[in-house]
Formats: sequence, C-alpha cells, structure tokens
Amino acid sequence: MSISASTTEAPPRRARKSALLRYWPLYPAFLFLGFFFLYPVILLLGLSFVDNQGALTGEHYSRLVASSTYLKVLMITLKIAGWTTVIAILAGYPVAYLLATVKTSTRNRLIIWVLMPFWTSFLVRTFAWIVLLGRKGALNQWLEALGLVDQPVAMIFNFAGVMIGMVHALMPLCILTMLSVMENIDTNLTKAASTLGARGGQAFWRIYFPLSVPGIAAGGMLVFITALGFFITPALLGGARETMIVQVIIFNIQEVLNWGFAGAIAVLLLVAVLIIFYLYDRLLGLSTLSGESSLAAQSSSRANPFSRLGKFLGGLFIEAMASICEKAGAFYDHIFPRKANRPSRRHSRRVIWGAGLAIIGFLALPALFIIPVSFTEAGFLSWPPEGFSLKWYEGVFESNVWFRAALRSFIVAIFAAFLGMCIGVPAAFLLVRQSFLGKAAVFAFLVSPIIIPNIIIAVSLFYLYSKLGLTGTTVGLILGHTVLAIPYVVITVMAVLKNYDVRLDQAAWTLGASKLKTLWLVTFPLVRAGMIAAFMFAFIISFDELTIALFVTGGEVTTLPKQMWDDALLRVSPTLAAVATLLLLFMSGVILGSEFLRRRSKQMG
Amino acid sequence: MEAEGHKLRTRNLRKTYGYVEALADASIKVSEGEFLTLLGPSGSGKTTMLMAIAGLNEPDSGDIWIDGKLATHLPSFQRDIGMVFQNYALFPHMTIFENIAFPLQMRKMDSGKIRESVGRVLETVKLPDLANRMPGELSGGQQQRIALARAFVYEPSIILMDEPLGALDKKLRDHLQLEIKHLHGALGITVLYVTHDQEEAMVMSDRICLMNDARIEQIGTPDELYFQPATVFAADFLGESNLMDGTVMKANRKEMVVSGPGETTIRGLHNPELKPGDKCKLMVRPECISVLNGKARSDNSIAGTLKDMIITGAVTKSFIELPGGGEIRTTELTRGPLATASLGQEIKLGWPSERTVILKAADPSS
Repeated sequence: MSISASTTEAPPRRARKSALLRYWPLYPAFLFLGFFFLYPVILLLGLSFVDNQGALTGEHYSRLVASSTYLKVLMITLKIAGWTTVIAILAGYPVAYLLATVKTSTRNRLIIWVLMPFWTSFLVRTFAWIVLLGRKGALNQWLEALGLVDQPVAMIFNFAGVMIGMVHALMPLCILTMLSVMENIDTNLTKAASTLGARGGQAFWRIYFPLSVPGIAAGGMLVFITALGFFITPALLGGARETMIVQVIIFNIQEVLNWGFAGAIAVLLLVAVLIIFYLYDRLLGLSTLSGESSLAAQSSSRANPFSRLGKFLGGLFIEAMASICEKAGAFYDHIFPRKANRPSRRHSRRVIWGAGLAIIGFLALPALFIIPVSFTEAGFLSWPPEGFSLKWYEGVFESNVWFRAALRSFIVAIFAAFLGMCIGVPAAFLLVRQSFLGKAAVFAFLVSPIIIPNIIIAVSLFYLYSKLGLTGTTVGLILGHTVLAIPYVVITVMAVLKNYDVRLDQAAWTLGASKLKTLWLVTFPLVRAGMIAAFMFAFIISFDELTIALFVTGGEVTTLPKQMWDDALLRVSPTLAAVATLLLLFMSGVILGSEFLRRRSKQMG
Repeated sequence: MEAEGHKLRTRNLRKTYGYVEALADASIKVSEGEFLTLLGPSGSGKTTMLMAIAGLNEPDSGDIWIDGKLATHLPSFQRDIGMVFQNYALFPHMTIFENIAFPLQMRKMDSGKIRESVGRVLETVKLPDLANRMPGELSGGQQQRIALARAFVYEPSIILMDEPLGALDKKLRDHLQLEIKHLHGALGITVLYVTHDQEEAMVMSDRICLMNDARIEQIGTPDELYFQPATVFAADFLGESNLMDGTVMKANRKEMVVSGPGETTIRGLHNPELKPGDKCKLMVRPECISVLNGKARSDNSIAGTLKDMIITGAVTKSFIELPGGGEIRTTELTRGPLATASLGQEIKLGWPSERTVILKAADPSS
C-alpha cells in the first residue's frame, strides 16, 4: 500500500481509501457488536428516560429513589458482591501464591483442578452444593452421624449459601488474575531480602506482598463486577433476603412488563460498574489488568491523592504484618533455636501447601457429589443415595424435552463459536500486529460484552428481537451467544499471537510466499493449538449460557441450561442430577478432546 | 585446619538435584579481605556453591563456616552475608534510599544512623543524588552500583556476587570491573565472586577457584592458573594454549624430557604425577613462543610452515603447521619478528623449558 501511495500519480483519495482498507479486519466485529450489542443496550438505557407514550420523563428514576426497597436491594447486592470479593481474595491468594512458587510442571497439574469450576456448568455446581449442604445433604448427615449436631444446620437458602456458591464460582477468576501478576515477580527479590537479613515473613510482607497488590486489585475488581450481575446462585442457594438487583430487573420485565423501570435499574447497575472501573483506573491504571507494567502505572499515579492515602494505609498494614511476623519468628526461634548443623524444617511451606490444597479441593470436588445422587432410588435428592437405579437416566433419555434442549444447545454453541471465531480472529490479528491510535479503546469495546453484566445484554437483545421478530428463534440465540463469544475469542487469540514470532512470517515472505500463503502454511499451523482453545472456550461459554437464553428464547424454544433452570425452580430432583452427570461427562469429554488435539498439534509443531 | 582466620570456609560441600550431581567435594577457604572468584563454564557448579553459601539452597552434606561460625543450615537472614544478584534484585517498589536502608532496618538500626549510612555508601558508589529515585528509572550500570551499595552498607563478613556484570555491555563491564576491584581494596571487604568470563576473573581476583563438572579443578592466583595449570581443562579454559601429545621419556627433580610431535624432544616442568612411559600433554602459551632466526637457540625448538597471520590489534596471531600434522599458534606484538615472513615459509620456533607445562593426558574417554 505504501508503495502505491508513493508513486507519482497516486491521488490522495486513494491513499485515504487504503488507510480505511487497512483496518478491514475490525469491521465485522464493529458491525456485529455495534448492531447486536451497542445499539440494543443504548435502546434499553434510553427506555428508562421515556414513559409509555414515548415522552421524555424522569418517573422511573424518581420511583427508583422514592422507594427504599430498591436502595435496600442495591445495598444487599453490594454487600454480597463485596463479601464474595473479600473471601475470594483471602482464600484465593494462598492458592495463587502456591501456584506462582512451585515448579512449572506442578503448576500446570494444579491449575487443571483450580479451573474445574470453570468447566463444570454453573448449574451443575449449584446442584452439587444443594446435594452437599442441604438439610438432608451429605455434610449434615456426616455432622449428625458424628454427633456434632442434633438437627440439620441451615447452610443454604441463606446468606452463607449464597457466599459459598458465589465464592466457588468466582474464585478461579480471582486466582488466575493474581497468578498472572505473581508470575512476573522476580523470585530473586525474596532471596535478596533474605540475604539482607529479612526473616521469611518479613520478606513476604515487605517485598512480595506489595508487588502482588496490583494482582489483588485486578482480581478483586473482576470478581466484584461479575458478582454484581449474578442472579442464578442467589436465586437457587439464597433465601428471600438475598435478592440481588438483577433479580429485580428480571421481575420487572417478566412479571410486570415495565421496560422503562427495568432500564432504569439497569442504568443503576451499569453506573455502579463504571464507577468501580473509574476508581480502579485512578488508583492503579487499567493497564494493570493485563498483569503487565504495573510499576510504570504505579509511578505515574503516585501524585494522585487517592493512591497516596492508599499507599499510606497500605504501608501501615504492611508494617504491622511484617513486625508481627518478625516477633512471632523471633519468639519461635527463641523456643526452638535454629541448628546450624541440621537442616531445619520449613513449616511455612507446609502450611501454604496445606491451605492451598484444601482450597483447591473446595473448588474441584463438590461437582463430583452429583454423580452418586443421580443413581438413587428415592424420589428426592438425599444423602446417602438410596439403593441403585437407572430410572432417572431412563427418564431423561425417554423424554423428548431433554433431548431437544441438548441438541439445540449443541447446535447453538457450534454456530456461535464458529461465528465468534470468524469475527474475532481477524480483529485479534490486527490488534496484535498493528499499532494505531485508539487501539486501547478498540480493545475495550471488543471485550466490553464480558464486563457489562450479562443481564443488560440479555434484556437489550430481548427488546431488539421483539421488534425484529427474532424472539424464540435459534438464530436469535446464536447471534446473542456470539456477542459473548467474541471477547473470549479475541482475548485467547491475542494471547497466542503475542507469543508468536513474527520473524517466521517474514522469513516465509523472503522465501517467496504470498501473504495469504504464509498465513495458511506458516501462521495457522503454528497457532492451531491456540485457535482450538479459543473455539472450545467460545463453545463452552455458549453451551453453559443461561441469561441470554432465559430472555430471547421467549419460552418457546429451550436450551439445556434453560431447561435445567426451569426444572430447578420447580423442584431439584434426581432427574436434574442425572442431567448434570451427563453434562459433566460431556464437558470432560470436550475438554479432554481439545487437550488431546492441542497436545497433538504441539507435537507436530 | 580450624575455621579461625578465614572469613569463609567450606568443607566437602555436596549437592544433587535428583540424579544429577551439581556440586561434589567442594572445599574452599577465603581469608579476610580476599577476592576469590569461582570460575567455570555454565553447569560447572559455581552458582550451586554460591547459593549454598548464601543459604539459598541446602547442601546434601558438608559444612560451611562464615566468620568462624558454623552456618551450614542457618537461614540466609541469620548468616552474615551480602549478596549481589545477576539482575541486581533491587526492590522495584522502593526508592533507592529504601532499598539501601532495608538491611539496616532489618537490623533495627535507628533512623538517624540509617540516613547517615545510606548517604555514606551512596557517596562511595558515586551516586549521591539518586536517593529518591525508583530502581526502574536508573541505568543498568547505576542499578549495579546501588545493588553493590546495598550489599555492603551493613558491613557483612563476606559479599557474594553472582555474575553481577553479566547483563552489561562490554565497555561498561570493563569499567565496573575496575571499580569493584577498587572498592574491594578501599573497603577491605571479603568477596566471593562468580563468573564464567575468564578475563573478568583474571582482572579482578586475588585467587581463582576453577570449577568443572561439579568439581573444583584448581585453586590459585591468576598467575599460577595461567602459567601452571594443573589439568588440561585448566590450560584450555584460561587463555589460549598450544596443547601437544607426548610421552614422558626421562624425569629428574626439576625437569622432564618428553618426546613431542614429529620426533622432537621437549623439556618441560616436572610433574610428580607422571613417570617415564606415561602418555602426556604438553602445554605452552602462544606468547611464550618466539621465532628462532639463524643460529639462535632455545630449550625447545620445532619447525613448521607459516600458514596464516592475523592482526588483531596490538598483537598478531600466527598459525604454523607442523610436518607431522598439528598446528602451533603464536602471539607476538604486531610488527614483531614474524612481520617480514611470508606465508608458506619454513619457520623455526623456540620456547623455554620453564614455560612448558607437562600435564596428565585427559581421560581416554575424552
């Protein structure tokens, strides 16, 4: 292009056209997200400013403010999201630390278990908690058998249940975000602190911990904003007092049909998310989200009063923790003096391993409880399962409803993942390979569907589809899931391409391959594993998706998660356990299959 | 010998990783004020040894004394050591002042004294104005000096340095080598230094501990290691050398007579490990060889054909082919006696017997 522009007769118009052409890989993504994401969301938010007749009004907002109910729901939502974040960070930090400080091979093995909740459908997980923690659940049975309690303890359908479910769902996200920062902390720093006279605990609090704070902040923020948009877990594991803001939006649309008011609540939710983003950006800079250049961001925001206060309080905290560790360590050494001639036992390491494995067990094991329950003879979920029977599986296989739902989910997920790849891959290539003005903004737009609470997208699409006649169609569902698939495809493919050596492409060009041939013969074979991962990611996101399905199916067609949800609202029966077990098997198959493909293409590479 | 009188002493240190022996039988002694360098190729065990002394890995067996006190299994923070890491390991979230003050705070020094000490060492490394900067804002050479300042501000018994100049470019490295050497002299500190760069080791060290394949090959002054290498490996690793096959013919107290390449008879230094009839290697440094013109004579002499001459700057390297195969390299000042010789010419070379080292031939396997 630059050559044609530099020839004598090239008119300026042609140069401008070629500049526009250069960004073509972004256009499909822009067009698609513009029409199926940005436009409907703006429509929905706009609805909150007009009344039934279409005149401008502030009535929805005055109603929102007038009644204390909504403020209360907002406070409950913030409280639940806040506690989820705090617990996810506190429990996730030791796991992330453990993962960051073990050998790479051990880390890869442990990460599979940390990601277990990611793979298992959240509905399966939620049912597992009901099996485990219900009045007749496994834990209560054990406690009673051991004589620790006289009657069942209420562990779910209350605040504790919501916490357990949400922490379980969101902690992997928190761990992975913290891990990405911790992996970049130079292991020599802790060693240096040790040679300079710092005890293990002091070195941790004064050196390691401050450097891991950007990871805590990023992980915490992601958990918090995701938690704000939750409704499935609180609805299934919480009581009436744990109603979250999204549930109110659903109520207003499905029961009251008050779109304007639902839009106003959505605006409230969106504003809350944006405020959090703004504060985070002021404190640490959004660039730290990707786990890199946190120090540059730190030094540039040093002048800001917010971060000054944060720094001061953080300093006090670190000082306190460090001196506690120092005193405790000195006291311990006083009682059990270090022997210079004998290797000392490393208790702290053992404690971290113990805590880490316990938490990983919490993440990985509960889903397994669903399996034995599905073979029960009893008509309800109870522990231990009574006898052995396949009747629930027979029921599932004989029923047309479950088969059709599963088939539709499968078709929708395949098409949504395929469409997401077609749209997301070119955009990812451009974002990695080119630098241009506003790149950060483009990236933010492409991944915004996973930052904006799903419910807002779902409701907006429902509104748009009702005008287009797409409600209740498979196509509508595919398009909706594609909106969610695009960000995952873009992020995964970009991560793969960042590690790709562009010189290989350049070598192919110098050897006489055209750009297209190079892409086909060199680039794609080398990034195939990443492409498969992106496709699987998009597939699982769609296959497991409930929020959009809940709205745009309009009760006419159904997907597997939606069918499970509808059933669960009536009664959590062994049928659901059977479906969940099958789903668990299917997902494990998908993941093992993609892992097999990935390994094979790696060997070939 | 008892541990007193040495700032650092190790005895029979051994460390394995799985089935791989990373360090075996390593015993060294470092006197007060000495600069000892662990030199060797990568994987020779030098860093494993340094890490064991620093308390950053646990030896399987053996002992370590630091300043007369047994420290084999003490944690790092209870050993009286300072360490400079290859990538400096400056704490990125602390200012330069806070970095240097860190070890003093750990030792509970009061803040007035800390300020004084930090100011003093910043003067010593000639960077008094950088106290409030962040490490990321400094150049590589400056970071290096700060890392050094942080390691000696609390006057530890011994300072350990793990390839501290490895990441710097050649010019800066040469400069900092001299600077560290001067600091060592001025402060009277004891240094254990690790490098794979033989020139760096020669420039800086009082003594060099040459390591190979997890074992100590030879310990001695740079002069000893260069002119009296104990093994073929030592001869080959330090500087350039001519190595020729031979067989011991005669031996007396001072000298040995060896049959060298092409029916020559060569006299060299006595090696008590060898007896007449043994296979051996002859080693002579290129700069010890001179051209014998006319009737000039030397202890040892050999004739060959001048094959190539390369001017590398101050010195010129010549390659002389021997009639029976093999090659001898010589180094002389540029525009020296060989300058007028032309390629292909027959040349007679000579060198003194006290510059000829006779070494045990390497294992038959190698």
